[in-house]
Amino acid sequence: MPQPARVRERPAGGAIMAPVLLLAFDTATPAVTVALHDGVRVLAEYTEVDARRHGELLAPGIRAVLSQAGRDRLDLTDVAVGVGPGPFTGLRVGLVTARVLGDALGIPVHGVCTLDVLAFAVECDGPFAVATDARRREIYWARYTGPQQRDGDPAVDWPQQVAPRLAGLPVAGEGAVKYPDAFAKAIEPVYPAAADLAELTVRRLASGAALLPPQPLYLRRPDAVEPGARKPVSQPALR
Amino acid sequence: MTLGSGSVDLPIVLGFETSCDETGVGIVRGNELLADAVATSVDEHARFGGVVPEVASRAHLEAMVPTVHRALETAGLKLADVDAIAVTAGPGLAGALLVGVAAAKGYALALDKPLYGVNHLAAHVCVDQLEHGPLPEPCMALLVSGGHSSLLLVPDVTSDIRPLGSTVDDAAGEAFDKVARVLGLGFPGGPLIDRAAREGDGAAIAFPRGLTGPRDAPFDFSFSGLKTAVARWVEARERSGQPVPVADVAASFQEAVVDVLTRKAVRACKENGVDHLLIGGGVAANSRLRALAEQRAADQGIRVRVPRPKLCTDNGAMVAALGAQLVARGARPSALDLPADSSMLITDVLV
Ligand SMILES: Nc1ncnc2c1ncn2[C@@H]1O[C@H](COP(=O)(O)OP(=O)(O)OP(=O)(O)O)[C@@H](O)[C@H]1O
Ligand SMILES: [Mg+2]
Repeated sequence: MPQPARVRERPAGGAIMAPVLLLAFDTATPAVTVALHDGVRVLAEYTEVDARRHGELLAPGIRAVLSQAGRDRLDLTDVAVGVGPGPFTGLRVGLVTARVLGDALGIPVHGVCTLDVLAFAVECDGPFAVATDARRREIYWARYTGPQQRDGDPAVDWPQQVAPRLAGLPVAGEGAVKYPDAFAKAIEPVYPAAADLAELTVRRLASGAALLPPQPLYLRRPDAVEPGARKPVSQPALR
Repeated sequence: MTLGSGSVDLPIVLGFETSCDETGVGIVRGNELLADAVATSVDEHARFGGVVPEVASRAHLEAMVPTVHRALETAGLKLADVDAIAVTAGPGLAGALLVGVAAAKGYALALDKPLYGVNHLAAHVCVDQLEHGPLPEPCMALLVSGGHSSLLLVPDVTSDIRPLGSTVDDAAGEAFDKVARVLGLGFPGGPLIDRAAREGDGAAIAFPRGLTGPRDAPFDFSFSGLKTAVARWVEARERSGQPVPVADVAASFQEAVVDVLTRKAVRACKENGVDHLLIGGGVAANSRLRALAEQRAADQGIRVRVPRPKLCTDNGAMVAALGAQLVARGARPSALDLPADSSMLITDVLV
């Protein structure tokens, strides 16, 4: 559903940049979220929460933000994509789309950790954590000392393993909502918003801060078992 | 409709295939093959004895853009030259399909070109146009691959495909792969058995022919009993301390498979008054299947068409070929919310 464009305060004295039209999206959580940003403000947004339809929703979402803002795909100057961590299938939809758009339009593709996108929208004094659903009763999580300061690399663990290490810190993201026994203080937001991803990317670009390559943060190896010895098909005689 | 090769004004179609472990990107113009780039993760699956879906999906993501550029380079084209995009929408591995579908949508969006989400099996049939020209209408298609074994009556590959029968258990390629494992030959087993069988005698061991009794479904297949029979035979041999005659087992197993496939395919042609038999899918690369089909069909006045092996296994050119055919017939493009459908029915050629 489209949301009104919003303007965010940004630090004064940033470098003057060439015209920007940034397309940002994230598919690392149940939310498929897309935004268009002109370097100053968010022009259009599209967000739909449906964990099973990332592949269906993303492309129409991109078309929707472009047409809402009355801009052409050829005007795009940059793509930003959430690189997870997140459930693999949905995550890949965002990453392959970002790489393809960058390739076909000849524009750079920037990656941002999805947990950082959630953290950026957290309004809270002091440290907090972000936890998203990793399925199989696990969470992807990281600790933050502030909305733009992650403390350590994102990880995947059971909520019960993480809880003692957070010592009652407030936790944003769906992981907090899903595991209230482990995380008593759930805070907003629950899902990442591409508007925040866009704003964060624009700031990082302006300040020369490092962005990531569009490479997925899987954090888990693929499930695969090497077969054991061949099982005989002939039944041993019944005793 | 004229779809001769070399016509410059025919639309150029870029095709994507990611239903299993091959990242295929093909480019065709009408019936002319311009590029067929394939990246495969087959080596990463070998030690697991079968395709690991997540491994395949990860490999698709990494291979996608580089494979597109390999195809463009081969064709001597730029992305801007592409007139339409086609992609396998199903059937296949859900996560793997989705990488191709999302990539195809991205290119369709960026290039502002129509997108066609197509059936993988129909593409396996259609690919023969690239080698032998327009398909006779109707034709009979025997589709034999790692995941499928079907007999299809095809009045029109873009809109009318009628399944006559299919396997009730293992696919033909799956049987080759499993028997290869029993014989310790490696993965994928088809080509290895094909090679081993050349040194063996196909009549050495009388393995069972599944579903060939008078009351069995005339066009269905069953290979699971055969696979078990081979395993039993090999085990009995091992137990008795005798060496396993790998070449004879391979040849006799292969003979059992291709005997049933060709017998039923020829019968399907006769009963439906069709005089062209097309064989597609990875198992169509099998040398004995080709030879026996030719021989049995010729006896009945039926002509056999088999694309070259590279076009039989999964590739993007076959998807582009079907896309080109759909464009030529004025089919309506798919919507941008096109889903990947892992269990897409063969009767649905276009989403
Ligand atoms: N020469 C051969 N003889 C027999 N089988 C072969 C030969 N070459 C390849 N195959 C078999 O073909 C199969 C691969 O074919 P293909 O790539 O069309 O199938 P797939 O992608 O696994 O399945 P599907 O197309 O049904 O999704 C494997 O099972 C392989 O063993
Ligand atoms: Mg196939």
